[in-house]
This record gives sequence, structure tokens and C-alpha cells, in this order.
Amino acid sequence: MSADLRTRYLGLELRNPVVPSASTLSSRIDNLKRMQDAGAAAIVMQSLFEEQIEHEQIEIHRVLEHATESFPEALSFFPELEDYNTGPDAYLRHLEQTKRELEVPVIGSLNGTSRGGWVRYARLIQDAGADALELNVYVVASDPEVTSADVEAQYLDLVSAVRASVSIPLAVKIGPFFSSMANMARRLVEAGADGLVLFNRFYQPDIDLETLEVDPTLHLSSSEECLLPLRWIAILRGRVQASLAATTGVHRWEDAVKLILAGADVTMMASALFRNGPEHVASVLAGIERWLDEREYASVEQAKGSVSQANVADPMAYARSNYMQMIVSYTSPYDWRQSPAEPRA
Amino acid sequence: MSHQRTQITVDGNEAAARIAHKLSEVIAIYPITPSSPMAEHADAWSAAGKTNLWGAVPEIIEMQSEAGAAGALHGALLAGALCSTFTASQGLLLMIPNMYKIAGELVPAVMHVAARTVATHALSIFGDHSDVMGVRQTGWAMLASSSVQAAQDLAVVAHAATLEARVPFLHFFDGFRTSHEVNVIEAVDDEVLRRMVSDDLVRAHRERALTPDRPVLRGSAQNPDVFFQAREAVNPFYDLVPDVVQLTMDRFAELTGRRYHLFDYTGAPDADRVVVLMGSAVGAVQETVRTLLAGGEKVGVLEVRLFRPFSAPAFVSSLPATVKAVAVLDRTKEPGAPGEPLYQDVVTALAEQAAAGRLAEMPRVIGGRYGLSSKEFNPAMAKAVFDELARPQPKNHFTIGIYDDVTHTSLSWDRSFTTESDDVVRALFFGLGADGTVSANKSSVKIIGEGTNLFAQGYFVYDSKKSGSMTTSHLRFGPRPIESSYLIERANFVACHQFNFLERLDVLAAAERGATFLLNSPYGPEEVWDHLPIETQRAIVEKELRFYVIDAQRIADEVGLGTRINTILQTCFFALAGVLDREEAIARIKHAIEKSYGKRGQAVLEMNYAAVDRALAELHEVPVPADARSRLHMVPPVPDDAPEFVKNVTAKMIAGQGDLLPVSAFPPGGVFPTGTSKWEKRSIAHEIPIWDPSICIDCAKCALVCPHAAIRMKVYEPAQAEGAPGSFKHKEWRDRERPGMWMTIQVAPDDCTGCGVCVDVCPAKSKEVVKHKSIDMLPKLEHLEEERQNWAFFQTIPPVDRRQVKLASIKGSQMLEPLFEFSGACAGCGETPYLKLLSQMFGDRILIANATGCSSIYGGNLPTTPWTVDANGRGPAWANSLFEDNAEFGLGMRLALDHQVAFAREQLAKLAPEVGQDLADAILGAEQEDEPQLFEQRERVAELRRRLEALDSPAARNLLPIVDALVRKSVWIVGGDGWAYDIGYGGLDHVLATGRNVNVLVLDTQVYSNTGGQASKATPRGAVAKFAAAGKPVGRKDLGMIAASYGNVYVAQIALGADNAQTVKALAEAESWDGPSLVIAYSTCIEHGIDMSTSMTHQAEAARSGFWPLYRYDPRKAIEGAHPLQLDSPRPSLPIREFQAKEARFAMLARSRPEEAAELQALAQADAEERWRFYEQLAGVERHVPGRPEHDGADPAEGEA
Repeated sequence: MSADLRTRYLGLELRNPVVPSASTLSSRIDNLKRMQDAGAAAIVMQSLFEEQIEHEQIEIHRVLEHATESFPEALSFFPELEDYNTGPDAYLRHLEQTKRELEVPVIGSLNGTSRGGWVRYARLIQDAGADALELNVYVVASDPEVTSADVEAQYLDLVSAVRASVSIPLAVKIGPFFSSMANMARRLVEAGADGLVLFNRFYQPDIDLETLEVDPTLHLSSSEECLLPLRWIAILRGRVQASLAATTGVHRWEDAVKLILAGADVTMMASALFRNGPEHVASVLAGIERWLDEREYASVEQAKGSVSQANVADPMAYARSNYMQMIVSYTSPYDWRQSPAEPRA
Repeated sequence: MSHQRTQITVDGNEAAARIAHKLSEVIAIYPITPSSPMAEHADAWSAAGKTNLWGAVPEIIEMQSEAGAAGALHGALLAGALCSTFTASQGLLLMIPNMYKIAGELVPAVMHVAARTVATHALSIFGDHSDVMGVRQTGWAMLASSSVQAAQDLAVVAHAATLEARVPFLHFFDGFRTSHEVNVIEAVDDEVLRRMVSDDLVRAHRERALTPDRPVLRGSAQNPDVFFQAREAVNPFYDLVPDVVQLTMDRFAELTGRRYHLFDYTGAPDADRVVVLMGSAVGAVQETVRTLLAGGEKVGVLEVRLFRPFSAPAFVSSLPATVKAVAVLDRTKEPGAPGEPLYQDVVTALAEQAAAGRLAEMPRVIGGRYGLSSKEFNPAMAKAVFDELARPQPKNHFTIGIYDDVTHTSLSWDRSFTTESDDVVRALFFGLGADGTVSANKSSVKIIGEGTNLFAQGYFVYDSKKSGSMTTSHLRFGPRPIESSYLIERANFVACHQFNFLERLDVLAAAERGATFLLNSPYGPEEVWDHLPIETQRAIVEKELRFYVIDAQRIADEVGLGTRINTILQTCFFALAGVLDREEAIARIKHAIEKSYGKRGQAVLEMNYAAVDRALAELHEVPVPADARSRLHMVPPVPDDAPEFVKNVTAKMIAGQGDLLPVSAFPPGGVFPTGTSKWEKRSIAHEIPIWDPSICIDCAKCALVCPHAAIRMKVYEPAQAEGAPGSFKHKEWRDRERPGMWMTIQVAPDDCTGCGVCVDVCPAKSKEVVKHKSIDMLPKLEHLEEERQNWAFFQTIPPVDRRQVKLASIKGSQMLEPLFEFSGACAGCGETPYLKLLSQMFGDRILIANATGCSSIYGGNLPTTPWTVDANGRGPAWANSLFEDNAEFGLGMRLALDHQVAFAREQLAKLAPEVGQDLADAILGAEQEDEPQLFEQRERVAELRRRLEALDSPAARNLLPIVDALVRKSVWIVGGDGWAYDIGYGGLDHVLATGRNVNVLVLDTQVYSNTGGQASKATPRGAVAKFAAAGKPVGRKDLGMIAASYGNVYVAQIALGADNAQTVKALAEAESWDGPSLVIAYSTCIEHGIDMSTSMTHQAEAARSGFWPLYRYDPRKAIEGAHPLQLDSPRPSLPIREFQAKEARFAMLARSRPEEAAELQALAQADAEERWRFYEQLAGVERHVPGRPEHDGADPAEGEA
């Protein structure tokens, strides 16, 4: 008898714990269908970026207005189109279509910049039929006048505002850069998050040595990167009353299993699907199932969180920094070659 | 007053186009100002699926020329479709051959003409009747509309009447004055149209269609035996037209209450003086008549609506029997005729009716011309005509509206006469094109016209510059329909949207006593007064104006609107003008914003809403002191050291006072001096490039790419920098061949448009702070004084000796003086750098034939021209003929030159014994390949001239006028893609095929740039353009390869921003090839939807993606036995989608029709790949130049034979 892979995430009953995370792969219905066919338990749609929408609206407006009504022979330079999809319409229509054509739950994703924008677009995503909403919150707090408390307050304000305006389950996807992640996680849940998605990855600026220009880049993740969410999921499991989703670095079935053991309700992947195609979901699922079966786990639920901080013999293992580990390695028979802090040969 | 009927606020073009679209099945179009918007509307409506009266979407087809449109129209008509077209001016003339055919065949059709001046001594885009009068002989019935309302109503009459009369109808209204005037009209609904257009007649038309099911022959060739009789067979149809039109007008009146007649008389029933005219000026005359009647005068005006066929009986019966004197006003000039056309018709009609006894007494008739090229015609002028009629010996063949001090035709008029009534709000707005003033005013007219019981009128005057252009908006609001078809001369509201206008323009000249003056000012109410010129202060004080300021620019910046201050100042207008209650006005403005910009997105709306809200809070009244004491003065339009002509004539035009210049001020025949743009200091940039020599790498790219020749490089001896101002910068010129020289990069601060292209291309970045380049854009005001001094000094440094420069190099070419400078082209224009470069390389010996289009406008539009001369007085000789004939025009120049050279050589050979055999031999045998050789030849020719002058023999006198032909000249045929790919293609092809030595430069923007971005055959697949709103479905024509197929044509495809050196090389090679050359230059344009400061970067990406491969096809290589085609750009390395994503012309389609966009993008990628594959193969092909002796090497084909 094979293990029961079902899991609950944001109150949704999912057939297994593998969910494609927000990425441009979801911009095409055929990709989404392939993911579903490969076994994906739900879909997180690519993010609706408020900033991008506004930027695009303003830019297109600027271009269409530029130099108009100045020269008698040419009062305008472009045909006035009946319809522009500079707003969220295209995203919402795509979401509606996805919802119509897919059987698995569809989770909308939103990256806003203004309080009004968050609330407005959250409602629109709900109205378009999303089963749940993931808020992809990330600000680079570059202003030295803004304190960490200010930033945290901004997050909480935003989550409670959105919470108040939509009724579908709400997940909050955050970055790992909080001084007190556990406390922040708890407050986010108190503010209304039904789940936490750990962690988002962002564009990072890079310098082009040829042109000396700064280019934003987004490299695909690697499997090693799942250790960061692994730690925090393990720590938070049982400490916050919310669903936990692991994302970043989920590439292989082994990663997924580890994250489930740490306490993730779902594991989310994007980079691996970019590399290997939507069908990769199936091989990850097969691996999870095989592992559970080989070890005679009855279900994902059984394994979930079994190696969380609360459930391990050495809870400090999750809380130590590398420095601590070095000390430990001198004081106990520790095999340094297994140390995850070192690159593998 | 009641407004149960639907009122719409539209301009004349839209009013007519709505009807044409409703009542047509096929519409063949071609853009031409001022009719283009009619075609654009029709195209946009069909693209959006809007149906005609019969529920079908009309077919819209853009043709390659108006001649093509007329041909397509003719075919569609014969095949049984209901058809229309729209045109004007030269376009109408191109339709003439088909117009004869269509009328001769008695085929019902309608064309709507925004009547425009036909080019004579100069092109003019403005309105008069010279075009429609030029086709009055073709057999088309002609209906004239004098207002926006009539433009709609008579459009209906034309479409209905043509079906019944079977004579085609030309419906016209005045270009700009009516075509572009926004007014409130009652719309005609579909129900009226259904009752106006008889289904039976539509069926009858369809049944006459050519069909193989009932075959007939049309367009036979007839012989002397029958043609004449057959031609006369149409007479009964023409005889019926007046009745058909009147009955149609009567039916229209029953349905709408608006009554029209063939001739409409207004005035005293017992008038003794009557003015006869047609078109928009009728409004001004009617107002005058009403005023004169109130003063007890017996006057009237007769408006001609059906001009052809001219119904003499209807005309005479429309005139009061009491009339003693008639003045006929014609808006055209027919040199050599006994009178202008309408005058002749009136005289003939009166004479015939009098002779037939249907007229008691033949009145005195005089004729006069008015309003050519939209020359203002107002009630004061109309009154002058009535006054003239009252004289015992009135002047005949007069002119009104100008001062003719040469042949003394003009009547004078009393400028104080007015018919404006007190209950009309008359508002004048001075703005910049870029600030959105006109958009805001159009919106205000709509708000009032559609939301209130008031009537509204908006008329907009634009200047001819494409960058930094000024707009003047004339708005009227009042309780009665507004028929005032003239500019506002007495304003009770004046708004100046740009503070710096005050120093150059008398914006308060038209302000009435007690008027409101709104100024957009960076200075607040407390400090603004001291920043006003004394002239403005005096006007405010003396006219007791109420004066308000707002810092609209700051608000716009803060809310993110940039330079678009329109909604802010619109709000202020409503707050001050009192036309509407404030709260209501705000609500309506916001509603209008939502209507206009709603589909552009929430972010755009919110920006504008914020602007409205802030405007009211920051509008302040300025306490006006009792007297004017400013030390600031208005700036004269040109400096004192300008040439006399510039000071006397050009300066007046620059100052907006060209109307005051008398006839004698102008050189007859349209000859103007070049080198005038330098006197028009427009100072429109906010930021200018400032040079840091410490990191400059001497690359000269900034000077090369500058579209306005406003940043320049000079290389000179250090001694020449003596006496330089302290701020004047230089660096050592790094050149092994010319050590010890200095170099300076200098901006012309008042001529720069601030486009930033130079900074974008500057490769020299500071090692410490990368954002700092060798040139940075910095605030102009902080650098203006210093850079003015530097520029003045820079100009005193003598230009480099052309003999010492490597012409075909970037640095070499940029050391040379540009003879094309400071054009009014758009900031960042992609075309002008090519022309500037051309002028640097060969400017002292070129003739330019310039096709009509952007380049003829920024190149030849008055008041000033960028084409200029060098220190020797030599420079490009420039002329524009037409749009369609430019290649032929240039070929003609070549033929003349070639003939002169041949004749001069022959004469010189004969005169050799007298002028000196050595000199003659040297001249006749001279190589003229490079600058030293050209220099020497010029010296020899100068010597020859001296000797000829001394000879005084007939042979010497024959040779003298053409002696300069012995110095090699080059002919450049310049135009855009609309000319080269479409309207002028047949001629271009023919000229290339002649093998003659002409150089063609195609400034390829891939759309009709000058008329506002209509698709041409150069428009790439997937780009959105007008007439291709759904994205151009097919790829662009490969003009270069078509030309290369001749084998003996030098062809290059270039993009300055992609490869500077290749551009310079290609121009040099084209010029030096003794045969036809075609250079196709990728020209970035605002119609690409890009940030123009990155113009050159876009060009680089166009080449890098394979969208625009660079190549040169050089027949000389074929002669040498090498491969003639060389691909100059590297194999494409950038996906087309990445190139396209950065240009709105492509990106828009992805937003509006994502599926089609994706499909077209995939095809565009395939196009690029296929083109590259094809070119690569061609680059490996050897070929021979047809008609040239084969090269010396073995022919590879020989062995295989």
C-alpha cells in the first residue's frame, strides 16, 4: 500500500505536497496543464506586479501623449486603440481561464507597492476566482531613516488591510531578512495570514564589467538553497498557527522530503521546472512516494514536522550558527567532511 | 434652449468622416494634411468593427498615393460598391485623371476634401480653395460646407444626392478652419440616414456593377466619329443635379430641421450690396452683415453651397432684386485669368440671366481674393469689402487681409471693427506642444459642449516646429451656436502656460480691459511681479487685468505628469472663467479625464486626479501694483548683427508678426536665403550637455549623433585659443599625424533641444563615478551665460582645412563644419544626424532634391532654414518639388549639371588658346576624387573665371555662368520611406534604372512620420501604426535588394547608432560611385514609441537583432571581380522580441492583441533569420555589372560553359 500523499494548505485539501511556485511558467495555459498532469497539487500563478502595471501604464501613456497636439500635420502619432491591457485585465482574464481549465486549486499571487493597490488588486484576484491569494511582499529598506520596526509595521499593516478586504485564504511570502523571524512570523499570522511562504527570491543587481552598468539578474536557485527555508520551517512548525510552504531550492525529491520532515505543508518549486520542464513534478512526487513507502510511512501527514525543531533531540541544531558548529566540531566527534557549510566536491 | 437632439462636440473632419463611414462600403485612403484625420477615423472605426448603415464593416485600404486611392475607388465603384475617399491639395490633383473617368461614367461616389492650398512658390498645408478649384472641370458636383455642422450635414446630402443624380460629389470644407475646428453640433442619427439614403437607389447602383453574370464593357476607346456625341450624352444628368440636391436638402430639413439651399442668402431683403462666397469665411461675413444691418445698412451675404453644377437661375433668384453691387470673394488665385473662378461664374450667371431678361438690372460685380493658406479673414475685413462696394468706383480684383504694396490690390480695413458679443467667453491660451495645452482645451470644449446648455468652439494654431513648438488655442463659449470663423482678437481670458513666452511674445496683445490673466509661473504671487518684463507689467496695469499665478510645473512634477501641465491649467481655467460652477467643473474635468485616459489605466487616472485637486489649492491671485517698473524687457526676436533680410523679414515671422509683412518684403518666386536658423535662438532645452575634457577620449561621437548640430568639435592650433573666455575648455588632440593640436567640444546652448542623445552615446565614463561621463546633461540655467560666451568664442576659431581631413572617418567628418544646423526637428530626431553628416562631408558642392515630408518641413519651413553656408559662402542648394516626384526632380538636376559640364568642357576646349592651354588642360584633365583635388580644381576654375572676365568675347560670356560646373557637384535625392517605398517608388525605380550619377538617401522611419505615423511599405511586421492599428500583418519591402538587383546601383543599408564608421563609409562610397546610389538610413522616430534620448541605442539593437542588417552593395567590387555585397553587421545575436519589447509600436500590440502580437513576433523573428540567411548567400555571390566591361580576372562562369 502506498503512502497517502494528501496535505492541507491554507485550508485547501491538496492531493500531494508539490506545488509550482509563482513564476512566468504559469503565464501559459499549456504549461499549467502539463504541471497539473504531472501531478502538481495546486498552482501558484505568477505575480501580478502593481509596480510593473503602473510603470507600464504611465510609460505607455507618456509615449502616446508625447509630442501630440503640437504639430499641425500630426496631432497624434499612434492609432487610438480600443483596448489596452496595461492594467491587471490580462492577468485577471488569464487567471479566470486558468481557473476554468484546471482542476487543481489556483492560488493568485500579488506583489504590490501601495496599500490601495494591494487591497484593490487582492479583491480583483479574488473576484477572478482564485482559491487563495499569496502576497509576495518584498521591499528593499534602503532608507537609513526607516527602522526595522517601521518596516515590520508596514508588513503587518498591509496584511491586515488585505485580510480585511478578501475572504479567500491568504498566504504571505516573505524574505528571510528579519532580525526576529519567528516573532515576525507570529505577528504576520496574527495580522491575518493563513499561511507563510518561506522564502521569496528577488532580482539582484549585478555589474556588467563591459559597460559598467548595473543589470538586475535572477539566477535560478540551486538545491542547497532549500536549507534556509528548511531551518525556519523546522523552527516555526508548531510555533505559529498557520500553514507553512517551503520555496526556494526545492529541486529534487530529497529536498521536498526534508522540507516535509521539517514541517512544510507544501513544497514549492520553480527553478527546477524551468530547468527540467513541468513534467519534473512527476519525478519529484515519485521520489517522495518511494521514500515514504520504503520507510513505511502511512502518509505525508505522518511525516510532516517529524524532524521539526520541536521534535528533534537536539533542538539547538536548528538554532546554531556556523560558528557554533565549528566549536561543536572541536568538542565532539564531528565529521567535518559532511559539513553543509563547505562546498561539496 | 432645448437640447433633446444628440449634441456632439467634434471637428469638421470627424463630422464628415462619421457620415462617410456610415454610408460607404469601400474607402480607399492616403494620408495628406489636413484630411488625414478623416482617413484615420474611418480606419480606426473599421478596425474596431464599427459597421455602416447596412451592418457591414467598411473595407478601408491605404494605397501608395492618392492616384492609387482614386484608382482603387474607381474599380470598387464599377464593381458596385458604395465608395468614399478623403484628400486635399496635391492629393486631390493626383486624383484628377480618375475623377474625369468616374464622372464621365456617371458613377455615384463621394469624396470629402479638407480644402488646402496647392503648392506653388511654396508648399502650404493650410486652407484655401486652390485644390478644389483645380478640379472643378472634372465633372464632379461640388458642395461647400462653411461650418462643422454643415460638414456633417452636407456630407449626408452628398452621399444621398450622388445616388440619385449619378454624378459623383466632391464635398469640401476649409482645411484647418473647419476640418480642425472643434464645435458643438447636432448629430445625425442612423434613422435620418436611413430615410435620406434610398434603398432603391443603392440597389440600382449595385445592379449597375460590372459582373460576368451580366457582362458589359466600360472604358472603351472612342474615335472622332462618336466621342463628342457620347460625351454630350451626360447632359441630362447634370441638368438635374441642382434639383436633386435641393430636394435632398429639403428632405434633410424635414428630418432634422436644418435647412440648406443651393445658395443661402442672409441679410436685408432689400440689400443693395451683397458679398458672394463659400466656405468658412461665410460665418465672419454673416456676423458682419448682422452688425451692419443693426446700423441700418442694406447689406447681405450669399453663401454658395452647390458650386458645381452652377445653377445660374437658382443663384439669381437667391439674390435680392434690389442689389446694386456684388463682391465675389474667392479663396484661391488663378494668375492670368480674367478673374477667379467663383467671380467668373457669378459674372457669367448674372450676364446670362440679364441677357435672358430674368434680371432687371445687371449689378456691378467686383471680385477679390482673401484667405489664401488660411490667412485670417475676420469681420473687419468683411466690412472693408462692404465699404468698398459702397464706393462709386470700387476696386476690382482686389485682395483683402494683406498689404499689397507692389501691385496695390489690397483693401485696407479698420482693425477696431468687431462683431464679438459680450455674452461670449473668449479665451486665449498660449502653450507648448509638449505641455498638453491643446488637449486640455479640446477637453474643455467637450466638457462645455456636451455637458451644458452652452455652445462651444475651439480652434488651435500650431507653429511649424516639431520641437519646442508653440500652440495658441482660441476658445469661445456662449449661449448661441458659434459661427465666428476667425481668431480671437479680444479675449476676456488669457492664459500663458509657459513663463518664458513672456520675454518673446506679447501674450496680452489681445487681452480686453478687465480680462483675467492666468500665468504658469515658477514664482509665487508675492514675487512674480518682479520677474515680469516691463511690457507685460504695463499691459496688466493699463488693461486692469486680474492676474493669477500657479506653479503648474512643480505640481506636475510632484504628481508624476512631467511636462504635461494640461489638467492643472484646465482646472484653473474653469476656476477662473466662471463658465461652470467650480464643484461641477471639477467633477466634469475628472469625468473627462476618465473618459480620455480610463483605458490607459488607474495609475494614469490617479496622477491626473491628483493634479486637478492640487490645482485649486495652489492657484493664487497676484496683487497688482499701481504702476510698471520692471527692469526686464522683452527680448528682440533676432540679434542686431543679423543680416538685413533676417532683421526685416525673418524676425517678424519669428515674432509671430508675419501677417504684418507687406507683399514687397518677399522675393517673388519663393527664393529664400539659407543659413537663417542660427538667428532664431529658441533656447528650448532645460538641460544641456556640459563637457568634461579630463575624461574625453576624442571619439567625436557626440558631435556625430547630435540631431541639431548643437554640439560640435573643433581641432585647432593652440594659438587660436588666445583670448578665450576663462570658462572655455580644451584638451590635447590625440593624433600622431597632427601632434600638438587642441580640441574642444562645445555646445550651442540656445540651439540645443536637450534631447540627450550625445550623452547616451558618450563612451567615456569617469573612473571614480561611472554616472559622470565626458558630457553630462546639466541644468541649462546654471550654465547658460558661460556657455553662450564659450559658444561665441568657439565660432571665432577657424574651421579646419578640408584638405587635411580624412573625410570618410568619424573624427575627420566631425572636424568639418556642419552646413545643416539647428533644425526644428523633434528633439532627438533620428533623421537629421544623417543630413548633418552629409552636409559636413559634401555640403559645399551638393544639390539636394528633397521629397515632401519631415525633412522638407524641418529643412524648408519658414521662418528659418537649417541649411547653411561655409565661410566661402558655399553650402547645400536645396529644393523641394513634391512628395511623389522627388527622384525625378533630382534626376533633372543631374541632367542639367551633366549638360552644363559637357557644354562647359566643350567651350573651354575651344577657348583654350585664349585662356591658356595649360590651365584648360589642367581643368579638363583634373581628377576630382578627394578634397585636395577639389580644392585645386576650384582654384583653377577661379583663375579661369578671372581670365574669362577679361576676355569679353561671346564664347567667354557663354562659359562664365556655368564655369563652376567644372567643379564636381553631387546630387542628393533625399526623402522618407513614404516617398521612397510608396508614392515615389515608381519614379525612384526609374531614376535608379537610368544609371545616372545620383545619390538617394532614404531617411527610413518606417512610417509616414510627418503626417502622424501612418503605415508605409517600410513598416515592419507587427508594428502598430495608423492604418495598421491591428499590427502590420506583412513584412516590410526590401527596397535595398530590389535596387541591388540592377547590379549597377550602389546600395547601402545603414544605421548610425549601430555602426558609425559604416555610415560614414557608405555615404562616401555612394557619393564617389559614378552611377546611381541608394542609401537607406534607419531613422529612429518618436513614432517608434521610444525614449528619444536612447535613439542610437535602439539603432544598435535593431542591427544586433537582425531587424535591420547593415550592408553595402558596391558595383565597383563586382568590377574588380570581388563579391559586391558585404554584410557589415555581425550575425544577429539578440532575439527580435527583446528589440521589440523596448518600442511601444510593437509593445502596444502585445497589450491590445496579445495573441496576434505573439504570432507576428514569431513571424518577425523568422523574417529576420530568413533575411540574414538570404543576405549571407548573396554575400558569397560574384556578379557582373550589366553594361560594364568585365573585369580582368578570369570569369568563374567561363570554365563551366
